[in-house]
Amino acid sequence: MTSYILRRLITAVLILLGASFIVYLMTAASGDPLWDLYGNPNAQQLIPARVEALNLDTPPILRYFTWLGGAAGCLVPFADTCSLGVSRDGQEVTELLAFAMTQTIMLVTVGTILAIVVGITLGIVSALRQYSGLDYGITFLTFLCFSLPSFWLAVLLKEVVAIQFNDFLQKPVLSMVSIVVISLVVALIWFLVSFGRMRTRLLLAGAGFVVTFGVIYFVLATDWLNHPFLGIPLIALTGILVAVIATVLMAGLRNRRALYAALGTVVLGLALYFPVQYAFKGAGLLTVLALVVVLTAAGAAIGYFAGGYDRGQGARVAGVTGFFVALLIILDRFMQSWPDYVDSSHIRGRPIATANSATPGFTGDFWTTGLDRFTHLLLPTICLTLLALASYSRYSRASMLEIMGQDYVRTARAKGLSERTVVMRHAFRNALIPLATLVAFDIGGLIGGAIITESVFAFTGMGQLFVQAVRNVDPNPVMGVFLVTGIVAMVFNLVADLVYSVLDPRVRVKA
Amino acid sequence: MSQPQPIDVPETVEQHPEAGQKPHDVRGKSQGQLVRQRFFGNTGAVVSLAVLLFIVVLSVTSLGIGPIPGWWKWGPDATGTVLDGGRPTLSLLPPSLGEHPFGQDNLGRDLFAMAMQGTQYSLIVMVVVGLVAGIVGTVIGGLSGFFRGWTEAVLMRLTDVIIIIPLVILAALLGRLAISWVRSHGLPTFATVIALGLLIGLASWPGLARLVRGEFLTMREREFVDAARLAGASSGRIIFKHILPNTVGVITVNITLLMSSAILLETALSYLGLGIQAPDWSLGRLISENQTAFATRPWLFWWPGVFIVAIALTINFIGDGLRDAFDPRQRKFNPKRAREIGEGTDEMHAPTSGTEAASRGATEQAGR
Repeated sequence: MTSYILRRLITAVLILLGASFIVYLMTAASGDPLWDLYGNPNAQQLIPARVEALNLDTPPILRYFTWLGGAAGCLVPFADTCSLGVSRDGQEVTELLAFAMTQTIMLVTVGTILAIVVGITLGIVSALRQYSGLDYGITFLTFLCFSLPSFWLAVLLKEVVAIQFNDFLQKPVLSMVSIVVISLVVALIWFLVSFGRMRTRLLLAGAGFVVTFGVIYFVLATDWLNHPFLGIPLIALTGILVAVIATVLMAGLRNRRALYAALGTVVLGLALYFPVQYAFKGAGLLTVLALVVVLTAAGAAIGYFAGGYDRGQGARVAGVTGFFVALLIILDRFMQSWPDYVDSSHIRGRPIATANSATPGFTGDFWTTGLDRFTHLLLPTICLTLLALASYSRYSRASMLEIMGQDYVRTARAKGLSERTVVMRHAFRNALIPLATLVAFDIGGLIGGAIITESVFAFTGMGQLFVQAVRNVDPNPVMGVFLVTGIVAMVFNLVADLVYSVLDPRVRVKA
Repeated sequence: MSQPQPIDVPETVEQHPEAGQKPHDVRGKSQGQLVRQRFFGNTGAVVSLAVLLFIVVLSVTSLGIGPIPGWWKWGPDATGTVLDGGRPTLSLLPPSLGEHPFGQDNLGRDLFAMAMQGTQYSLIVMVVVGLVAGIVGTVIGGLSGFFRGWTEAVLMRLTDVIIIIPLVILAALLGRLAISWVRSHGLPTFATVIALGLLIGLASWPGLARLVRGEFLTMREREFVDAARLAGASSGRIIFKHILPNTVGVITVNITLLMSSAILLETALSYLGLGIQAPDWSLGRLISENQTAFATRPWLFWWPGVFIVAIALTINFIGDGLRDAFDPRQRKFNPKRAREIGEGTDEMHAPTSGTEAASRGATEQAGR
């Protein structure tokens, strides 16, 4: 195993060397690094200065080795010899990279997690109901997501969704006719994607109509969009829903003890609601994290002691419920700050932001700055989620279909296990194995930044750094971006292979 | 064809004497016939093919190509008076194109002409990418899979080197190289389109090469290859007559998917200003030029986007149809037909995830 990893790492270093050489020469050859100075009245001084600073008199091949020498300094730990060169404007590339990476990671994390969760869910559901309307609908949607040009989607979100939603917030009124039409459309979608007997489908469509109508009416009547709240009743309702879903998925409703443990956790969360409001005054990230941990642990403990014949199952169900109840309480607290945030002088009633990673000059407590972050990340996150969702959904559908045809699934059914156990225990877990590789690859690729999304939403992340450097014919930042992406991609490739061999004992690495 | 056909599991259902009852199903069919029949039985793929052909014909005939003039009255660069705020005149009831069916920009240029030129150029880039990446990927993958040894070592290390450079980064750099090369040689701007296609193609072959290598590796161990070798066939004959025809499915499907990601990549680069340059129009450049006018002239933004989505979507569906047609083991089980034949539901043939996963992986959507 060790020799395998070692061999892989040595190959990786050689490949990186080769690839970095190619990238450096290509960047240097891709244009004239002085192009922006020719029309400049001070060209006489500026051109020699830049030639001096970037060492442009040396041929690119030699400059590459100079760069390599500086980069090699990064391998010496704690020696402070690390130098990836300077950009055209004289900034250290290491500093540029550090800033860009924090921005990029902030941008892509939520989107990736969402894409993984939603994509896998869609894929599994459509595999379980193969050739139903739902399956065809999801398949068409994923193909559409594959074919969406990212820049178009991003501009669309920015110009249509954000601006129109902000306009709508100024005067959140819908006519009765439009509410009914929206509800009818939702009901039609329910009818088309549902499956089974006609009566069930009609009932589902009817339920979809009633629920949609009710929700829209409630939101408009209470001016919820401008004064959002959850309060005890909504937290209780959502919490119970979460408890039931968690029980159905992880333990089955017949495990009453797990269900009661989960419901007990919801009650505990509600009991904590008022005390926690005091703790939230002047709170920071730590308090929030503490609440999440405490409620999850409390849920797990309740589930463990009430779990009956399967303590682990009860603990998992109640723990997950506790986690979500904690999130709901935190969400409620954020919502309480929403009116303050929207009415502040920097926002002026148009909360959904279309550019940058934060409102310039906006200051506030933890809650309002958190909301500011949220409104800025909302659109890019939707964009990235939609784009990345398709591949997860297709992969997990294919993988799940293959697993469901396996003999051991038939065996599991034959020995009388419930469909839930067959799907969740036998099929789902195994279907996730091939996805581990995909996730690892994706995370490896993500650090390179979402170039297009960053550019549309004016995030100054890795992608922007790269595009700017390519435009300026500036090799050092390009090399910095490449180096980070290359190393991360290599490491995650290795991780993917190792994880795969751990998860699937049929696969052995060549030791 | 000289090689044995792959075992065709679902077809046996039809060819079964009691189940089939159609005499023409019993007759032998060539691989090409089977593929064509399965492909044209796939509604989504056929509709997509028709839509794509319509787009191609529309864009080529409206502006004409090269010296041949088209039937559309405006050119992509001809400015004119802005009529009715540049609003589109296309109407479905009654069907009429009007003066400017897709509208005009603020200089009075006709969006239909611009979009058609963009479509043409994007399609050209796409086809060139498919050709270049297909040829390079197949040759490199095939050589390294067939000859193994040091050929494989060298070629696969080369593939590793290229594959580690993220596709967007590589394509952007190569695109810049193409543009500056065309400019410095004083070539017409149209040359950028071809050069861009060539270079993006040179950037996107490694995924295909890996897949083709894998196919060749399994094929060269098969009995019919041994038989051919024993009969004294040369390496060239084995490759072209025995192995390549059996891998043509994988190659075609992946080139198709590669082309759909190529058009997204090209439009994305043009959007960033790193692809097709003024005065030529690409669908991506149209969007980047006009996105600021979204509030006043939204049609300038909608039409190019619709064309990109339509092209990419139809190609994805065609690729999916081709995959099902070429590899019947992965073909979707069709409940309607099973009911007609009267067989039970235990004929479920789940797609083998590995292949779909691999082909998707090779053409992972490039630009986010």
